[in-house]
Amino acid sequence: MFRFLLKRLGGTLCVLLLVAVMVFALTRLASGDPIALLLGDQASAEDIAQVRVQYGLDQPLLSQFGYWVKEVAQGNLGNSIFLQRPVTQALAERAEPTSFLALFAVAIAALIGIPCGLIAAVWRGRLVDQILSAVAMLGASVPSFWMGLILIQIFAVKLGWFPASGYGNPGVSLIERLHHLVLPAVVLGVLNSALIIRFTRASVLDILNEDYVRTARSKGLSERVVILKHVLRNALVPIVTVVGLTTALMIGGAVVTETVFNLPGVGNLVVRAVLRRDYPVIQGALLVIAAIYVLINLLIDLIYMLVDPRIRV
Amino acid sequence: MNPLTALLKRLFHRRVVLIAALLLLSIAALALIFPLLSDVDPNAIAVLDRLRAPSAAHWAGTDELGRDLAMRIVWGGRYSILIGVATACLSVIAGTVLGLLAGFFRRLDAPIMRVVDAMMSFPDILLGISLVSILGASLWNVVLALVIVYTPRVARVVRASTLVIRELLFVDAARAIGVGTPRILYAHILPNLMSPVLVQLTFIFAYAILAEAGLSFLGVGVPPEIPTWGTMIASSLQYADQAFWTIVFPGVAIILTALCLQIVGDGVRDLLDPKLRETT
Repeated sequence: MFRFLLKRLGGTLCVLLLVAVMVFALTRLASGDPIALLLGDQASAEDIAQVRVQYGLDQPLLSQFGYWVKEVAQGNLGNSIFLQRPVTQALAERAEPTSFLALFAVAIAALIGIPCGLIAAVWRGRLVDQILSAVAMLGASVPSFWMGLILIQIFAVKLGWFPASGYGNPGVSLIERLHHLVLPAVVLGVLNSALIIRFTRASVLDILNEDYVRTARSKGLSERVVILKHVLRNALVPIVTVVGLTTALMIGGAVVTETVFNLPGVGNLVVRAVLRRDYPVIQGALLVIAAIYVLINLLIDLIYMLVDPRIRV
Repeated sequence: MNPLTALLKRLFHRRVVLIAALLLLSIAALALIFPLLSDVDPNAIAVLDRLRAPSAAHWAGTDELGRDLAMRIVWGGRYSILIGVATACLSVIAGTVLGLLAGFFRRLDAPIMRVVDAMMSFPDILLGISLVSILGASLWNVVLALVIVYTPRVARVVRASTLVIRELLFVDAARAIGVGTPRILYAHILPNLMSPVLVQLTFIFAYAILAEAGLSFLGVGVPPEIPTWGTMIASSLQYADQAFWTIVFPGVAIILTALCLQIVGDGVRDLLDPKLRETT
């Protein structure tokens, strides 16, 4: 068990380091000089050179990388070139809408996905299964921004039930802010439920073939008890993984939805940084988002190890 | 379930797949052949006709420059399908090579798969916009970025299948009669990977069309002068309130194509792998 743990932790560290190398390489391979962009057309060559030195962009790549990793290890992601503040601060300011959106959306996705997947598996091959499977496939075929635009037209422009964009003025109540999140959360939740429906169905079908399900049935337990207590509980383990990973992916993957609804979230921050070539922000955000994903992944594995002795062997 | 209903069920299933495949073929044929036969210019601007609602003259209405939307959807299909096909084929080739190497040679497994893990810890669309912004926005750079995004996914699937196939008896048998490693990979393992790879091909085709639209929407996709379904929606965005149809119809084209591709992909999986038919 200890060896397994060590191996898993080593693998995670290795992946994190590779992530750091990729993030660094990604922004340094870019064409286009952010300093020239920042200073505008009027800047002289000397001005540009001076600011380059100020941001450390004149050093060799390897030492830039070494310096960056050292700073990151101390929790310093550098300063944004355009926002005039530390990247960590910019990320922290944007964290609330993004994390609320992710949680809200995952709750919707799980509330739709798990019951629908269970129903499809229990009545496998029947009409209800075929309809649910078709709906799941449809969900995976709709572009999120398109669904967002349609919902805005119907529920914000025509009916006026929800705000079309933004996160409310600074300092508005939590209820008001959550009100702004309803439409984006519905878009993300409904579209991501497709994956959870499919996964729940497959996972439940696996369990339905197990011996202990037959035993439970032959004991004379009612079908309801068999499905809810014996099948769903066991099937839930892989389903929870998918739900966890979906949450992790939404933190950075909601870029498009955040942009449609003009939410001041992390994704929105990255898109703006990409359009302005604000390297430190792109680096910092990509690194944090990927690290969250890797760590959630690790956490899920560790929880399994504690809960399920079979995995330890 | 008696055998007759089982057969009917399967026929029903097959019929859906058949309809999806035919629909897909007609979309592709329309998008690829129609522009060759027609002398209509999809970029012809008619300012007097701007933002007209759907009518007999313009089936899907007109956009903000008075261009006929139906025509542009047909033309845009060319580029959207091109991006989808190119991305799917290239990432399947690259992913198969990587997955095969990782699954067959134990020494290469850890290095390749750690890189794959690292790449897959970035959300698809985020990696996509970062790559396009670095490569520069052009049609082929969008394809390249999407290939980089989807290759790890294929590599993971191919590796998993290779690990299973490598241990099968016919591989041992081939080795025992003196077949060399390259030939084992090529003649014995590769053909058995066809079913998972084909399924991935159709799914990535669908994802790529969706991702291209997303990138165009964010303003980091294909240049706006190339009509794709994504750039069409992106360019009409600010008129959505007055001219709803400008975003509805290109979106429907995307959904229909992606849906058909996934139905066909599922059908291919069922057909090629009877074991999966029962469980998934």
